[in-house]
Amino acid sequence: MSVTELTNKTRGAAGAMPWLANRWIRLTVFGVGLLLVMSLVRLVTGAGDLISSGTVGAAVGLAVPIGMAGLGGLWSERSGVVNIGLEGMMILGTWGAGWAGSQWSAWAGVLAAVAFGALGGLVHAVATITFGVDQIVSGVAINILGLGVTQYLSAIAFTGKAGGGPTQSPGIKSMGTVTIPGFSSAMGSIENHHWFLVSDLAGVLKGVTYQVSYLTIIAVLLLPLTYWVLWRTAFGLRLRSCGEAPHAAESLGVNVYKYKYIAVVTSGALAGFGGGFLAIVAAGIYREGQTGGRGYIGLAAMIFGNWRPGGLAAGALLFGYTDAMQLRSADAVHALLLLAVVLLALLAVTYAARRKVISASVMAALAAVILAWFLATSDLPQQVTYMTPYITTLLVLSLASQRLRMPAADGLVYRRGEGG
Amino acid sequence: MRRFLLAVAAPVLAIVFSLALVSVILVISGHPPFGVFRDMVNYGFQPRSQVLTLNLATTYYLSALAVAIGFRMNLFNIGVDGQYRLAAMIAAAFAGSVVLPAPFGQIVTIAIAMVVGAMWAGIAGLLKVTRGVSEVISTIMLNFIATGVVAYLLTPGRLAVSVQGSNNIGTKPIPASGQVPGISLLPGTTQQVYGLILLAVVMGVGYWFLLGRTRFGFDLRATGRSEPAAVASGVNVKRMVLVSMLLSGAVAGLVGIPQLLGASYTYSLDFPAGLGFTGIAIALLGRNNPIGIAFGALLWAFLDTSRQILDLGGVSKEIVTIMQGVIVLAVVIAYELVRRYGLAQQQREVGRRLAAEESAAAAAGVAA
Repeated sequence: MSVTELTNKTRGAAGAMPWLANRWIRLTVFGVGLLLVMSLVRLVTGAGDLISSGTVGAAVGLAVPIGMAGLGGLWSERSGVVNIGLEGMMILGTWGAGWAGSQWSAWAGVLAAVAFGALGGLVHAVATITFGVDQIVSGVAINILGLGVTQYLSAIAFTGKAGGGPTQSPGIKSMGTVTIPGFSSAMGSIENHHWFLVSDLAGVLKGVTYQVSYLTIIAVLLLPLTYWVLWRTAFGLRLRSCGEAPHAAESLGVNVYKYKYIAVVTSGALAGFGGGFLAIVAAGIYREGQTGGRGYIGLAAMIFGNWRPGGLAAGALLFGYTDAMQLRSADAVHALLLLAVVLLALLAVTYAARRKVISASVMAALAAVILAWFLATSDLPQQVTYMTPYITTLLVLSLASQRLRMPAADGLVYRRGEGG
Repeated sequence: MRRFLLAVAAPVLAIVFSLALVSVILVISGHPPFGVFRDMVNYGFQPRSQVLTLNLATTYYLSALAVAIGFRMNLFNIGVDGQYRLAAMIAAAFAGSVVLPAPFGQIVTIAIAMVVGAMWAGIAGLLKVTRGVSEVISTIMLNFIATGVVAYLLTPGRLAVSVQGSNNIGTKPIPASGQVPGISLLPGTTQQVYGLILLAVVMGVGYWFLLGRTRFGFDLRATGRSEPAAVASGVNVKRMVLVSMLLSGAVAGLVGIPQLLGASYTYSLDFPAGLGFTGIAIALLGRNNPIGIAFGALLWAFLDTSRQILDLGGVSKEIVTIMQGVIVLAVVIAYELVRRYGLAQQQREVGRRLAAEESAAAAAGVAA
């Protein structure tokens, strides 16, 4: 995208409402609007779990492993290496956490999770960077290996231990949580008054400050840290240049192999950290099959977020939120239908204002169908609520305007000195 | 001759390497590797195990073929898993409740499975061409959604009945007239090979013909190699994406059918899951080539069958999963090494000839 195009675009957006030009203002307006709509829907349907501190807390907890897998994917793919092996690296992370966490301490578990994940990343790096094999093949192989190695090791390491067995580790020692003293409980009492909007905001604030795991805090900090490293330092510029135009980077003296190695090993470490979170914080134990495809969902969150940290965080949170909802209450999922109606109607109005007749009528029709569904039923079967996060992700992705662009040299094999 | 040797070298190298690595792991964990391998081979080559291997390979082959169709078009259909589970469930429900005279029942069941698989994959195809949603994400999501749909439909009162003598539930059992009889292919065992192994063979030939011998196949491979070039030669890429997704899904719909019509006769809670992911590995192992995939499927199935003996010797059978992962990785690495070696040889050859010409010219110059 050229500079003129960019300025034109900004002007275009700012033309109608000049104060929307600033990204932060736009985000704030969007956030407040969403909160407003949600508290309205809560008021109408009476489904308190739609936006309670419990839901928010659970959503964050569910979003962290997905976000970390996604962040791992981001590091790797920004350097030009597709990483479908995130799932396997995550599995290695859960095992590492169970192995070290059950015999020493939770923090040892975290270190082991990161180390095991990084080891998976190293295998991927050796195969794809040194040997230049197809990156998808290597990723698939790592998913198989991650599963096989952990199952094999579990049979050796956990069988016969108290609480352990061939498919699970003994319990992991607890890590403890952080609560902001005073603030969280104050927010909690405001929430209990069920005032419109104010209580909802308080609920969100309590959700993100009450009994928060240390690992959640680290995970949240890793997002801006990644942004800063990859987009604000010379190191990050070089790393991203390997994913966009490796031969151009090479001609400028960048050691492409080195940067790709760093990126892919970091990727594995992050996915391992996500796995460690699952074992240590979410479950308190390593269990076989614990990741449940979250590595793949993390990959989806990263693509969803257009290979950017902010976007992937939004994707992970969306997924975590809807997942929390379906786990906590079927009523809230039913209320979610009404939320979807409102959002679709708003979208239809926006399209109509821009004279996009077809899109507007499609949105309006969808809204009408879901409204009819909402009114005709009073609850949803459990198997349908289970699908909520997946359908939501699919819907949002197909409704959102598609401006996704992956790194130009993502997935391509690079060999030094073979630039055309 | 040298080219042939180079081509064979890669898979042989890979298998030797993975055997070596697995031996090291076995030695470390205190088992004699040769004993373990001997047990596996002995058990795996018993007639009964051979039949099991063939049956398993049939399923794997179809799954890998479905994945390979996508790969040739540069589409990554991770959703074969959801496609086949949904297709097998709905086909089973149909075949269990509607009785048609012998060949028609089976044909309609198979057709339904293909249509359901194609439709489920078609959602991803449609989202890609109309909304630009990456098929990687949409098929991952559709896998999970398929799990939900299957769970929703497979409840008593909808499509399921309880299986007698257990707390399992499944679709209504398919009557004998709707089943496909097995073939007694191997002597020495009562175990029969799935009759629908022929379906896998037909699909393999069809794959080869469609991709290698038709205009459509040419367009598909061309689009997979280079989209701009395909567009320039008049290919409608969006249509190709949709059609290849539908084809991939239709083949995926078949994955569960040999087992359904040949052995289990009902889609119950314990119907095999995860075959779609095995298919990805085998498609990659066979390099998307119909014969390569057949070898890959057989090898994979052999390992899966013969691992059953390991528990008796106190060896954890997950060692075979490790071996499978190592094989996938080692095969591609070996191909790459062999390719590089071949290239280096060629360059050396060229260099030698040039040097010879140069020295001949120099000699001629001196003589003059």
